[in-house]
Amino acid sequence: MKEIVVISGKGGTGKTSITASLAVLGGKDVVVADCDVDAADMHILLQPKNLKSEDFYSGELAVIDQDICTQCGQCFDVCRFDAIEVTDGIHKVDDLSCEGCGYCARVCPVEAITNIPLNVGKWHISKTRFNQSMVHAKLGIGADNSGKLVAQVKNAAKEIATQNKSKYILVDGSPGVGCPVVSSLSGAHFVVLVTEPTVSGLHDLKRVYELVNKFHIPAGCIINKADLNVAIVDEIIDFLKEENIVHLANLPYDEDFTRAMTDCKTIVELEGSVLIERMTNIWSDIKQIIK
Amino acid sequence: MKIAIASGKGGTGKTTLSTNLASFLAESHKVVLTDLDVEEPNSALFLKTELFFQEDKFKMIPQWIEDKCTLCGICQKSCNYHAVIQIMDSIMVFPELCHSCYACSELCPEDALPMIPKKMGELKHMKTDQFDFVESRLIIGEEQAVPLIKQTLKYIDANFNSDFIKLYDSPPGTSCPVIEATKDADFVILITEPTPFGLNDVILAIETMQELKKDFGVVINRYGIGNDDIIDYCNEKQIPILAKIPNSREVATLYSKGELLYKKLPEVKRELEHIANFILTKKAAAI
Repeated sequence: MKEIVVISGKGGTGKTSITASLAVLGGKDVVVADCDVDAADMHILLQPKNLKSEDFYSGELAVIDQDICTQCGQCFDVCRFDAIEVTDGIHKVDDLSCEGCGYCARVCPVEAITNIPLNVGKWHISKTRFNQSMVHAKLGIGADNSGKLVAQVKNAAKEIATQNKSKYILVDGSPGVGCPVVSSLSGAHFVVLVTEPTVSGLHDLKRVYELVNKFHIPAGCIINKADLNVAIVDEIIDFLKEENIVHLANLPYDEDFTRAMTDCKTIVELEGSVLIERMTNIWSDIKQIIK
Repeated sequence: MKIAIASGKGGTGKTTLSTNLASFLAESHKVVLTDLDVEEPNSALFLKTELFFQEDKFKMIPQWIEDKCTLCGICQKSCNYHAVIQIMDSIMVFPELCHSCYACSELCPEDALPMIPKKMGELKHMKTDQFDFVESRLIIGEEQAVPLIKQTLKYIDANFNSDFIKLYDSPPGTSCPVIEATKDADFVILITEPTPFGLNDVILAIETMQELKKDFGVVINRYGIGNDDIIDYCNEKQIPILAKIPNSREVATLYSKGELLYKKLPEVKRELEHIANFILTKKAAAI
Protein backbone atom coordinates (compact mmCIF):
# COMPACT_ATOMS: atom_id res chain seq x y z
CA MET A 1 0.00 0.00 0.00
CA LYS A 2 1.38 3.40 -1.03
CA GLU A 3 0.46 6.74 0.41
CA ILE A 4 0.28 9.71 -1.96
CA VAL A 5 -0.07 13.17 -0.42
CA VAL A 6 -1.17 16.19 -2.45
CA ILE A 7 -0.11 19.60 -1.10
CA SER A 8 0.59 23.05 -2.47
CA GLY A 9 1.87 25.51 0.14
CA LYS A 10 -0.36 28.21 -1.33
CA GLY A 11 -4.11 27.73 -1.25
CA GLY A 12 -6.35 27.90 -4.30
CA THR A 13 -3.97 26.29 -6.77
CA GLY A 14 -6.41 23.48 -7.64
CA LYS A 15 -5.19 20.91 -5.13
CA THR A 16 -8.59 19.49 -4.18
CA SER A 17 -9.95 19.44 -7.76
CA ILE A 18 -6.85 17.52 -8.86
CA THR A 19 -6.90 15.12 -5.89
CA ALA A 20 -10.58 14.33 -6.45
CA SER A 21 -9.87 13.61 -10.13
CA LEU A 22 -7.02 11.26 -9.23
CA ALA A 23 -9.42 9.55 -6.81
CA VAL A 24 -11.95 9.01 -9.59
CA LEU A 25 -9.25 7.63 -11.90
CA GLY A 26 -7.93 5.35 -9.15
CA GLY A 27 -11.40 3.95 -8.47
CA LYS A 28 -11.52 1.09 -6.00
CA ASP A 29 -7.72 0.89 -5.77
CA VAL A 30 -7.86 4.08 -3.75
CA VAL A 31 -8.87 5.04 -0.21
CA VAL A 32 -9.41 8.80 -0.05
CA ALA A 33 -8.34 10.83 2.99
CA ASP A 34 -9.27 14.51 3.16
CA CYS A 35 -6.70 15.91 5.57
CA ASP A 36 -7.53 19.57 4.97
CA VAL A 37 -9.54 19.35 8.18
CA ASP A 38 -9.70 23.15 8.56
CA ALA A 39 -11.60 23.69 5.36
CA ALA A 40 -12.45 20.30 3.91
CA ASP A 41 -13.95 20.50 0.42
CA MET A 42 -13.44 17.09 -1.16
CA HIS A 43 -16.89 15.90 -0.05
CA ILE A 44 -18.44 18.52 -2.36
CA LEU A 45 -17.04 16.71 -5.41
CA LEU A 46 -17.17 13.09 -4.23
CA GLN A 47 -20.49 13.38 -2.35
CA PRO A 48 -19.82 10.57 0.08
CA LYS A 49 -22.50 8.61 1.88
CA ASN A 50 -21.70 8.61 5.56
CA LEU A 51 -21.24 5.20 7.21
CA LYS A 52 -19.78 6.11 10.56
CA SER A 53 -18.96 9.27 12.50
CA GLU A 54 -16.97 9.75 15.67
CA ASP A 55 -16.24 12.65 17.95
CA PHE A 56 -12.60 13.57 18.22
CA TYR A 57 -11.17 14.53 21.58
CA SER A 58 -7.77 16.08 21.89
CA GLY A 59 -6.21 18.37 24.42
CA GLU A 60 -7.83 19.80 27.50
CA LEU A 61 -9.51 22.94 28.76
CA ALA A 62 -9.19 24.34 32.28
CA VAL A 63 -12.43 24.97 34.17
CA ILE A 64 -12.60 26.82 37.49
CA ASP A 65 -15.21 25.70 40.02
CA GLN A 66 -16.41 29.00 41.50
CA ASP A 67 -17.80 27.22 44.60
CA ILE A 68 -14.30 26.13 45.59
CA CYS A 69 -12.20 28.99 44.17
CA THR A 70 -10.83 31.48 46.73
CA GLN A 71 -9.83 33.96 43.99
CA CYS A 72 -6.21 33.81 45.19
CA GLY A 73 -4.86 34.52 41.71
CA GLN A 74 -2.12 31.87 41.57
CA CYS A 75 -3.58 30.51 38.32
CA PHE A 76 -3.41 34.00 36.82
CA ASP A 77 0.24 34.31 37.85
CA VAL A 78 1.41 31.11 36.16
CA CYS A 79 -0.63 31.22 32.94
CA ARG A 80 1.56 32.11 29.96
CA PHE A 81 -1.37 32.29 27.53
CA ASP A 82 -3.31 35.16 29.16
CA ALA A 83 -6.15 32.67 29.49
CA ILE A 84 -7.21 33.60 33.02
CA GLU A 85 -9.49 36.61 32.94
CA VAL A 86 -10.24 38.58 36.08
CA THR A 87 -13.46 40.56 36.16
CA ASP A 88 -14.60 42.16 39.42
CA GLY A 89 -12.18 39.90 41.28
CA ILE A 90 -13.62 36.72 39.77
CA HIS A 91 -11.16 34.44 37.94
CA LYS A 92 -12.44 32.81 34.76
CA VAL A 93 -10.87 30.83 31.92
CA ASP A 94 -10.96 32.29 28.40
CA ASP A 95 -11.72 29.14 26.41
CA LEU A 96 -10.15 30.39 23.19
CA SER A 97 -6.85 31.35 24.81
CA CYS A 98 -6.47 28.28 27.06
CA GLU A 99 -3.98 25.82 25.56
CA GLY A 100 -4.73 23.11 28.09
CA CYS A 101 -1.26 22.95 29.62
CA GLY A 102 -2.77 22.22 33.03
CA TYR A 103 -0.26 24.39 34.91
CA CYS A 104 -3.03 26.39 36.65
CA ALA A 105 -4.66 23.21 38.01
CA ARG A 106 -1.30 22.02 39.35
CA VAL A 107 -0.67 25.17 41.36
CA CYS A 108 -4.22 25.80 42.58
CA PRO A 109 -4.00 25.41 46.39
CA VAL A 110 -7.65 24.40 46.80
CA GLU A 111 -7.98 22.15 43.72
CA ALA A 112 -10.68 24.33 42.20
CA ILE A 113 -9.46 23.78 38.65
CA THR A 114 -10.10 20.67 36.59
CA ASN A 115 -9.06 19.90 33.04
CA ILE A 116 -11.80 18.59 30.82
CA PRO A 117 -11.07 16.73 27.59
CA LEU A 118 -11.86 18.85 24.58
CA ASN A 119 -14.10 17.79 21.71
CA VAL A 120 -12.29 19.40 18.77
CA GLY A 121 -14.21 17.95 15.88
CA LYS A 122 -15.72 14.96 14.17
CA TRP A 123 -14.31 12.45 11.74
CA HIS A 124 -16.21 10.29 9.30
CA ILE A 125 -15.87 7.09 7.33
CA SER A 126 -17.91 7.25 4.13
CA LYS A 127 -18.35 5.77 0.67
CA THR A 128 -17.89 8.15 -2.26
CA ARG A 129 -20.29 8.11 -5.20
CA PHE A 130 -17.62 6.01 -6.93
CA ASN A 131 -18.05 3.44 -4.19
CA GLN A 132 -14.60 3.90 -2.70
CA SER A 133 -13.85 4.42 0.99
CA MET A 134 -13.23 7.95 2.15
CA VAL A 135 -12.16 9.30 5.52
CA HIS A 136 -12.77 12.97 6.24
CA ALA A 137 -13.19 15.28 9.20
CA LYS A 138 -14.43 18.60 10.38
CA LEU A 139 -12.45 20.53 12.93
CA GLY A 140 -14.50 22.36 15.53
CA ILE A 141 -14.58 26.14 15.33
CA GLY A 142 -11.33 27.69 16.43
CA ALA A 143 -10.00 24.36 17.58
CA ASP A 144 -6.37 23.59 18.25
CA ASN A 145 -4.75 20.25 17.46
CA SER A 146 -5.62 20.03 13.78
CA GLY A 147 -2.39 18.05 13.35
CA LYS A 148 -3.74 15.33 15.63
CA LEU A 149 -7.04 15.17 13.76
CA VAL A 150 -5.07 14.80 10.52
CA ALA A 151 -3.18 11.89 12.10
CA GLN A 152 -6.50 10.31 13.12
CA VAL A 153 -7.90 10.61 9.57
CA LYS A 154 -4.74 9.12 8.10
CA ASN A 155 -4.64 6.24 10.56
CA ALA A 156 -8.26 5.36 9.87
CA ALA A 157 -7.59 5.48 6.12
CA LYS A 158 -4.59 3.19 6.59
CA GLU A 159 -6.63 0.66 8.55
CA ILE A 160 -9.30 0.58 5.86
CA ALA A 161 -6.70 0.28 3.11
CA THR A 162 -5.08 -2.64 4.91
CA GLN A 163 -8.40 -4.43 5.42
CA ASN A 164 -9.53 -3.87 1.83
CA LYS A 165 -6.06 -4.55 0.44
CA SER A 166 -6.27 -1.21 -1.38
CA LYS A 167 -3.21 -0.21 -3.39
CA TYR A 168 -3.22 3.51 -2.64
CA ILE A 169 -4.16 6.06 -0.04
CA LEU A 170 -4.73 9.44 -1.61
CA VAL A 171 -4.38 12.32 0.83
CA ASP A 172 -5.59 15.88 0.24
CA GLY A 173 -3.43 18.06 2.49
CA SER A 174 -3.92 21.58 3.79
CA PRO A 175 -2.22 24.81 2.75
CA GLY A 176 0.78 26.17 4.65
CA VAL A 177 3.79 24.46 6.24
CA GLY A 178 2.59 24.11 9.85
CA CYS A 179 1.37 21.27 12.03
CA PRO A 180 -1.45 19.84 9.83
CA VAL A 181 0.90 19.70 6.83
CA VAL A 182 3.71 18.10 8.84
CA SER A 183 1.19 15.58 10.11
CA SER A 184 -0.11 14.73 6.63
CA LEU A 185 3.44 14.19 5.33
CA SER A 186 4.46 11.65 7.95
CA GLY A 187 4.63 8.19 6.42
CA ALA A 188 3.99 9.37 2.85
CA HIS A 189 5.58 7.52 -0.08
CA PHE A 190 5.11 10.22 -2.69
CA VAL A 191 4.16 13.89 -2.63
CA VAL A 192 2.31 15.66 -5.44
CA LEU A 193 2.96 19.39 -5.35
CA VAL A 194 0.30 21.45 -7.10
CA THR A 195 1.46 24.95 -7.97
CA GLU A 196 0.60 27.87 -10.23
CA PRO A 197 2.94 30.22 -12.14
CA THR A 198 2.44 33.28 -9.96
CA VAL A 199 5.02 34.99 -7.77
CA SER A 200 3.26 33.64 -4.70
CA GLY A 201 2.75 30.15 -6.16
CA LEU A 202 6.48 29.75 -6.74
CA HIS A 203 7.43 31.29 -3.40
CA ASP A 204 5.13 28.93 -1.49
CA LEU A 205 6.18 25.90 -3.54
CA LYS A 206 9.79 26.47 -2.52
CA ARG A 207 8.90 26.73 1.16
CA VAL A 208 6.69 23.67 1.24
CA TYR A 209 9.27 21.66 -0.71
CA GLU A 210 11.87 22.56 1.92
CA LEU A 211 9.58 20.79 4.37
CA VAL A 212 9.04 17.76 2.07
CA ASN A 213 12.80 17.52 1.67
CA LYS A 214 13.28 17.27 5.44
CA PHE A 215 11.17 14.11 5.32
CA HIS A 216 13.16 12.75 2.33
CA ILE A 217 9.97 11.98 0.39
CA PRO A 218 10.19 11.82 -3.42
CA ALA A 219 7.97 14.40 -5.12
CA GLY A 220 6.32 15.33 -8.41
CA CYS A 221 4.86 18.64 -9.44
CA ILE A 222 1.81 19.71 -11.44
CA ILE A 223 1.88 23.27 -12.73
CA ASN A 224 -1.72 24.39 -12.93
CA LYS A 225 -2.89 27.47 -14.90
CA ALA A 226 0.41 27.12 -16.81
CA ASP A 227 -0.41 29.55 -19.62
CA LEU A 228 -0.96 32.40 -17.16
CA ASN A 229 2.71 33.36 -17.00
CA VAL A 230 5.22 31.55 -19.21
CA ALA A 231 8.26 33.20 -17.61
CA ILE A 232 7.39 31.89 -14.14
CA VAL A 233 6.64 28.42 -15.57
CA ASP A 234 10.27 28.40 -16.77
CA GLU A 235 11.44 29.42 -13.30
CA ILE A 236 9.38 26.64 -11.73
CA ILE A 237 10.77 24.07 -14.17
CA ASP A 238 14.33 25.19 -13.36
CA PHE A 239 13.57 24.78 -9.67
CA LEU A 240 12.14 21.28 -10.26
CA LYS A 241 15.28 20.24 -12.15
CA GLU A 242 17.56 21.58 -9.43
CA GLU A 243 15.70 19.69 -6.73
CA ASN A 244 15.12 16.48 -8.70
CA ILE A 245 11.36 16.85 -8.54
CA VAL A 246 9.46 15.05 -11.31
CA HIS A 247 7.63 17.50 -13.55
CA LEU A 248 4.35 15.59 -13.90
CA ALA A 249 2.43 17.94 -16.17
CA ASN A 250 1.26 21.43 -17.04
CA LEU A 251 -2.47 22.11 -16.97
CA PRO A 252 -3.97 25.12 -18.76
CA TYR A 253 -5.70 28.08 -17.12
CA ASP A 254 -9.13 26.68 -17.79
CA GLU A 255 -12.46 27.78 -16.40
CA ASP A 256 -13.55 24.15 -16.83
CA PHE A 257 -12.08 23.76 -13.34
CA THR A 258 -14.65 26.16 -11.93
CA ARG A 259 -17.43 24.88 -14.18
CA ALA A 260 -16.88 21.31 -12.98
CA MET A 261 -16.78 22.45 -9.35
CA THR A 262 -19.97 24.47 -9.75
CA ASP A 263 -21.66 21.28 -11.00
CA CYS A 264 -20.13 19.40 -8.04
CA LYS A 265 -18.17 17.22 -10.45
CA THR A 266 -14.51 16.38 -10.87
CA ILE A 267 -12.68 17.70 -13.91
CA VAL A 268 -12.36 14.20 -15.39
CA GLU A 269 -16.14 14.01 -15.61
CA LEU A 270 -16.45 17.00 -17.95
CA GLU A 271 -17.24 15.52 -21.34
CA GLY A 272 -14.91 16.60 -24.10
CA SER A 273 -12.50 18.42 -21.77
CA VAL A 274 -8.80 18.30 -22.66
CA LEU A 275 -8.18 17.88 -18.96
CA ILE A 276 -9.35 14.25 -18.97
CA GLU A 277 -6.41 12.97 -20.99
CA ARG A 278 -3.92 15.06 -19.04
CA MET A 279 -5.21 13.81 -15.70
CA THR A 280 -5.24 10.20 -16.92
CA ASN A 281 -1.60 10.51 -17.94
CA ILE A 282 -0.67 12.09 -14.61
CA TRP A 283 -2.29 9.22 -12.69
CA SER A 284 -0.54 6.53 -14.72
CA ASP A 285 2.79 8.38 -14.37
CA ILE A 286 2.39 8.55 -10.60
CA LYS A 287 1.58 4.83 -10.43
CA GLN A 288 4.66 4.09 -12.54
CA ILE A 289 6.92 6.21 -10.32
CA ILE A 290 5.88 4.70 -7.01
CA LYS A 291 5.77 1.11 -8.22
CA MET B 1 -8.83 50.61 13.80
CA LYS B 2 -7.76 47.02 13.27
CA ILE B 3 -9.05 45.16 10.22
CA ALA B 4 -8.30 41.50 9.58
CA ILE B 5 -8.64 40.01 6.10
CA ALA B 6 -9.44 36.30 6.33
CA SER B 7 -11.10 33.65 4.18
CA GLY B 8 -11.52 30.05 5.27
CA LYS B 9 -10.48 28.71 1.87
CA GLY B 10 -6.97 29.46 0.64
CA GLY B 11 -6.29 31.23 -2.63
CA THR B 12 -9.43 33.36 -2.66
CA GLY B 13 -7.62 36.70 -2.72
CA LYS B 14 -6.65 37.62 0.86
CA THR B 15 -3.22 38.89 -0.12
CA THR B 16 -4.53 40.61 -3.26
CA LEU B 17 -7.12 42.48 -1.23
CA SER B 18 -4.71 43.25 1.63
CA THR B 19 -1.99 44.74 -0.55
CA ASN B 20 -4.35 46.67 -2.84
CA LEU B 21 -6.47 47.97 0.03
CA ALA B 22 -3.40 49.02 2.04
CA SER B 23 -2.01 50.93 -0.90
CA PHE B 24 -5.37 52.50 -1.71
CA LEU B 25 -6.10 53.57 1.88
CA ALA B 26 -2.57 54.91 2.27
CA GLU B 27 -3.32 57.57 -0.34
CA SER B 28 -5.32 59.37 2.34
CA HIS B 29 -4.57 57.69 5.71
CA LYS B 30 -1.77 56.35 7.86
CA VAL B 31 -1.66 52.61 7.23
CA VAL B 32 0.32 49.62 8.45
CA LEU B 33 -0.15 46.26 6.73
CA THR B 34 0.91 43.10 8.58
CA ASP B 35 1.29 39.69 6.95
CA LEU B 36 0.19 37.22 9.64
CA ASP B 37 0.20 34.22 7.31
CA VAL B 38 3.53 33.29 8.87
CA GLU B 39 3.57 29.83 7.24
CA GLU B 40 3.40 31.24 3.71
CA PRO B 41 3.77 35.04 3.82
CA ASN B 42 3.16 36.50 0.34
CA SER B 43 2.26 40.18 0.71
CA ALA B 44 5.85 41.36 0.30
CA LEU B 45 5.93 39.84 -3.19
CA PHE B 46 3.41 42.46 -4.30
CA LEU B 47 5.06 45.50 -2.70
CA LYS B 48 8.18 47.53 -3.35
CA THR B 49 9.73 47.71 0.09
CA GLU B 50 12.84 48.86 1.87
CA LEU B 51 13.95 47.11 5.02
CA PHE B 52 13.62 49.29 8.11
CA PHE B 53 14.14 46.84 10.97
CA GLN B 54 14.62 43.11 11.39
CA GLU B 55 14.74 40.80 14.38
CA ASP B 56 14.72 37.09 15.16
CA LYS B 57 11.76 35.78 17.12
CA PHE B 58 12.15 33.10 19.73
CA LYS B 59 10.03 30.68 21.62
CA MET B 60 11.09 29.52 25.06
CA ILE B 61 11.81 25.85 25.63
CA PRO B 62 13.25 23.98 28.62
CA GLN B 63 16.84 22.78 28.60
CA TRP B 64 17.85 19.86 30.78
CA ILE B 65 20.77 20.32 33.12
CA GLU B 66 21.92 16.84 33.98
CA ASP B 67 24.09 17.82 36.96
CA LYS B 68 21.18 19.36 38.82
CA CYS B 69 18.55 16.72 37.98
CA THR B 70 17.53 14.14 40.58
CA LEU B 71 15.21 12.30 38.15
CA CYS B 72 12.21 12.92 40.42
CA GLY B 73 9.85 12.76 37.41
CA ILE B 74 7.81 15.89 38.20
CA CYS B 75 8.64 17.52 34.84
CA GLN B 76 7.31 14.60 32.83
CA LYS B 77 4.13 14.50 34.91
CA SER B 78 3.59 18.22 34.54
CA CYS B 79 3.83 18.30 30.74
CA ASN B 80 0.46 17.81 29.04
CA TYR B 81 2.06 17.80 25.60
CA HIS B 82 4.51 14.92 26.16
CA ALA B 83 7.29 17.33 25.26
CA VAL B 84 9.37 16.35 28.30
CA ILE B 85 9.98 12.65 28.73
CA GLN B 86 12.18 10.67 31.05
CA ILE B 87 13.97 7.84 29.29
CA MET B 88 16.11 5.68 31.57
CA ASP B 89 18.27 8.16 33.47
CA SER B 90 17.97 11.12 31.18
CA ILE B 91 15.32 13.75 30.34
CA MET B 92 14.48 14.32 26.68
CA VAL B 93 12.91 17.59 25.50
CA PHE B 94 10.95 17.67 22.21
CA PRO B 95 10.92 21.37 21.25
CA GLU B 96 8.32 21.00 18.46
CA LEU B 97 5.78 19.64 20.97
CA CYS B 98 6.50 22.30 23.61
CA HIS B 99 3.93 25.09 24.07
CA SER B 100 6.20 27.18 26.35
CA CYS B 101 3.87 26.91 29.35
CA TYR B 102 6.85 26.88 31.78
CA ALA B 103 5.21 24.24 34.02
CA CYS B 104 8.10 21.74 33.86
CA SER B 105 10.66 24.46 34.38
CA GLU B 106 9.00 26.23 37.29
CA LEU B 107 7.74 23.09 39.04
CA CYS B 108 11.17 21.46 38.95
CA PRO B 109 12.39 21.51 42.57
CA GLU B 110 16.04 21.52 41.48
CA ASP B 111 15.99 24.23 38.79
CA ALA B 112 17.23 21.61 36.37
CA LEU B 113 15.07 22.76 33.44
CA PRO B 114 15.72 26.46 32.82
CA MET B 115 13.88 27.98 29.84
CA ILE B 116 16.10 29.01 26.93
CA PRO B 117 15.18 30.80 23.70
CA LYS B 118 14.88 28.84 20.44
CA LYS B 119 14.55 30.72 17.17
CA MET B 120 11.17 30.11 15.51
CA GLY B 121 11.09 32.83 12.89
CA GLU B 122 11.98 36.31 11.71
CA LEU B 123 10.11 39.58 11.84
CA LYS B 124 10.79 42.26 9.22
CA HIS B 125 9.52 45.80 9.37
CA MET B 126 9.62 47.37 5.92
CA LYS B 127 8.49 50.62 4.36
CA THR B 128 6.87 51.24 1.01
CA ASP B 129 6.54 54.74 -0.46
CA GLN B 130 3.17 55.07 1.20
CA PHE B 131 2.86 52.81 4.22
CA ASP B 132 4.54 50.56 6.76
CA PHE B 133 4.62 46.83 6.23
CA VAL B 134 5.49 44.10 8.75
CA GLU B 135 5.83 40.40 8.08
CA SER B 136 6.94 37.39 10.07
CA ARG B 137 7.97 34.07 8.63
CA LEU B 138 8.10 30.77 10.43
CA ILE B 139 11.24 28.64 10.08
CA ILE B 140 10.46 25.54 8.02
CA GLY B 141 9.96 22.60 10.37
CA GLU B 142 8.49 24.74 13.16
CA GLU B 143 4.90 23.56 13.50
CA GLN B 144 3.28 26.20 15.67
CA ALA B 145 2.29 29.45 13.99
CA VAL B 146 0.40 30.91 16.96
CA PRO B 147 3.36 32.04 19.13
CA LEU B 148 4.90 33.89 16.18
CA ILE B 149 1.58 35.55 15.29
CA LYS B 150 1.22 36.64 18.93
CA GLN B 151 4.67 38.23 19.00
CA THR B 152 4.07 39.97 15.69
CA LEU B 153 0.85 41.53 16.99
CA LYS B 154 2.75 42.72 20.06
CA TYR B 155 5.27 44.44 17.80
CA ILE B 156 2.45 46.23 15.94
CA ASP B 157 0.81 47.38 19.18
CA ALA B 158 4.11 48.68 20.52
CA ASN B 159 5.09 50.57 17.37
CA PHE B 160 1.88 51.94 15.86
CA ASN B 161 -0.66 54.06 17.69
CA SER B 162 -4.38 54.28 17.07
CA ASP B 163 -3.95 56.92 14.34
CA PHE B 164 -3.04 54.06 12.04
CA ILE B 165 -5.43 51.86 10.11
CA LYS B 166 -3.98 48.42 10.84
CA LEU B 167 -4.60 45.75 8.22
CA TYR B 168 -3.89 42.09 8.98
CA ASP B 169 -3.43 39.62 6.12
CA SER B 170 -4.52 36.44 7.95
CA PRO B 171 -3.75 32.75 7.39
CA PRO B 172 -6.31 30.50 5.63
CA GLY B 173 -8.50 28.01 7.52
CA THR B 174 -10.53 28.29 10.71
CA SER B 175 -8.21 26.84 13.36
CA CYS B 176 -5.92 28.37 15.97
CA PRO B 177 -3.71 30.56 13.68
CA VAL B 178 -6.80 32.29 12.25
CA ILE B 179 -8.28 32.84 15.70
CA GLU B 180 -5.03 34.42 16.87
CA ALA B 181 -4.88 36.69 13.81
CA THR B 182 -8.49 37.87 14.05
CA LYS B 183 -9.44 37.84 17.72
CA ASP B 184 -8.12 41.35 18.34
CA ALA B 185 -9.61 42.93 15.18
CA ASP B 186 -12.38 45.54 15.22
CA PHE B 187 -13.65 44.31 11.88
CA VAL B 188 -13.03 41.22 9.77
CA ILE B 189 -13.30 41.12 5.99
CA LEU B 190 -13.97 37.59 4.73
CA ILE B 191 -13.01 37.20 1.09
CA THR B 192 -14.36 34.29 -0.92
CA GLU B 193 -15.14 33.17 -4.44
CA PRO B 194 -18.64 32.31 -5.73
CA THR B 195 -18.03 28.55 -6.06
CA PRO B 196 -19.21 25.59 -3.95
CA PHE B 197 -15.74 25.38 -2.30
CA GLY B 198 -15.77 29.11 -1.64
CA LEU B 199 -19.27 28.94 -0.16
CA ASN B 200 -18.55 25.90 2.03
CA ASP B 201 -15.38 27.47 3.45
CA VAL B 202 -16.74 30.98 3.93
CA ILE B 203 -19.65 29.54 5.93
CA LEU B 204 -17.06 27.91 8.24
CA ALA B 205 -15.29 31.25 8.51
CA ILE B 206 -18.58 33.08 9.16
CA GLU B 207 -19.45 30.62 11.94
CA THR B 208 -16.00 31.17 13.43
CA MET B 209 -16.44 34.96 13.40
CA GLN B 210 -19.89 34.62 14.96
CA GLU B 211 -18.40 32.44 17.69
CA LEU B 212 -15.77 35.13 18.29
CA LYS B 213 -18.57 37.75 18.28
CA LYS B 214 -16.80 39.70 15.55
CA ASP B 215 -18.20 42.39 13.34
CA PHE B 216 -17.59 41.19 9.77
CA GLY B 217 -18.54 41.53 6.12
CA VAL B 218 -17.95 39.55 2.93
CA VAL B 219 -16.07 40.45 -0.26
CA ILE B 220 -16.74 38.29 -3.31
CA ASN B 221 -13.69 37.82 -5.51
CA ARG B 222 -13.69 36.40 -9.05
CA TYR B 223 -17.29 37.55 -9.29
CA GLY B 224 -18.88 36.18 -12.47
CA ILE B 225 -17.64 32.59 -12.19
CA GLY B 226 -19.59 29.88 -10.40
CA ASN B 227 -23.06 30.81 -9.18
CA ASP B 228 -24.97 33.24 -6.95
CA ASP B 229 -25.37 30.95 -3.91
CA ILE B 230 -23.03 33.07 -1.81
CA ILE B 231 -25.09 36.20 -2.51
CA ASP B 232 -28.32 34.40 -1.57
CA TYR B 233 -26.67 33.09 1.60
CA CYS B 234 -25.44 36.53 2.69
CA ASN B 235 -28.79 38.15 1.92
CA GLU B 236 -30.66 35.54 3.88
CA LYS B 237 -28.33 35.86 6.88
CA GLN B 238 -28.19 39.66 6.56
CA ILE B 239 -24.42 39.67 6.17
CA PRO B 240 -23.15 42.76 4.36
CA ILE B 241 -21.47 42.19 0.99
CA LEU B 242 -18.85 44.93 0.81
CA ALA B 243 -17.70 44.46 -2.76
CA LYS B 244 -17.67 42.18 -5.79
CA ILE B 245 -14.31 42.07 -7.53
CA PRO B 246 -14.90 40.91 -11.11
CA ASN B 247 -13.29 37.77 -12.52
CA SER B 248 -11.00 38.31 -15.46
CA ARG B 249 -7.98 36.74 -16.97
CA GLU B 250 -6.31 40.15 -16.83
CA VAL B 251 -6.63 40.15 -13.04
CA ALA B 252 -5.05 36.69 -12.90
CA THR B 253 -2.20 37.74 -15.20
CA LEU B 254 -1.41 40.95 -13.28
CA TYR B 255 -1.50 38.94 -10.06
CA SER B 256 0.87 36.32 -11.47
CA LYS B 257 3.46 39.07 -12.06
CA GLY B 258 3.09 40.48 -8.57
CA GLU B 259 1.46 43.74 -9.66
CA LEU B 260 -1.16 45.76 -7.79
CA LEU B 261 -4.47 45.63 -9.60
CA TYR B 262 -6.33 48.82 -8.84
CA LYS B 263 -3.83 51.13 -10.48
CA LYS B 264 -4.49 49.47 -13.83
CA LEU B 265 -8.05 48.24 -13.54
CA PRO B 266 -10.69 50.90 -12.76
CA GLU B 267 -13.29 48.18 -12.08
CA VAL B 268 -11.12 46.93 -9.20
CA LYS B 269 -10.49 50.45 -7.93
CA ARG B 270 -14.25 51.06 -7.79
CA GLU B 271 -14.74 48.00 -5.57
CA LEU B 272 -11.87 49.09 -3.30
CA GLU B 273 -13.64 52.43 -2.89
CA HIS B 274 -16.74 50.59 -1.66
CA ILE B 275 -14.67 48.72 0.93
CA ALA B 276 -12.73 51.83 1.97
CA ASN B 277 -15.93 53.84 2.42
CA PHE B 278 -17.41 51.09 4.53
CA ILE B 279 -14.32 50.92 6.75
CA LEU B 280 -13.96 54.68 7.10
CA THR B 281 -17.63 55.04 8.06
CA LYS B 282 -17.07 52.40 10.76
CA LYS B 283 -13.95 54.21 11.93
CA ALA B 284 -15.77 57.55 12.15
CA ALA B 285 -18.64 55.91 14.07
CA ALA B 286 -16.17 54.38 16.54
CA ILE B 287 -14.74 57.81 17.37
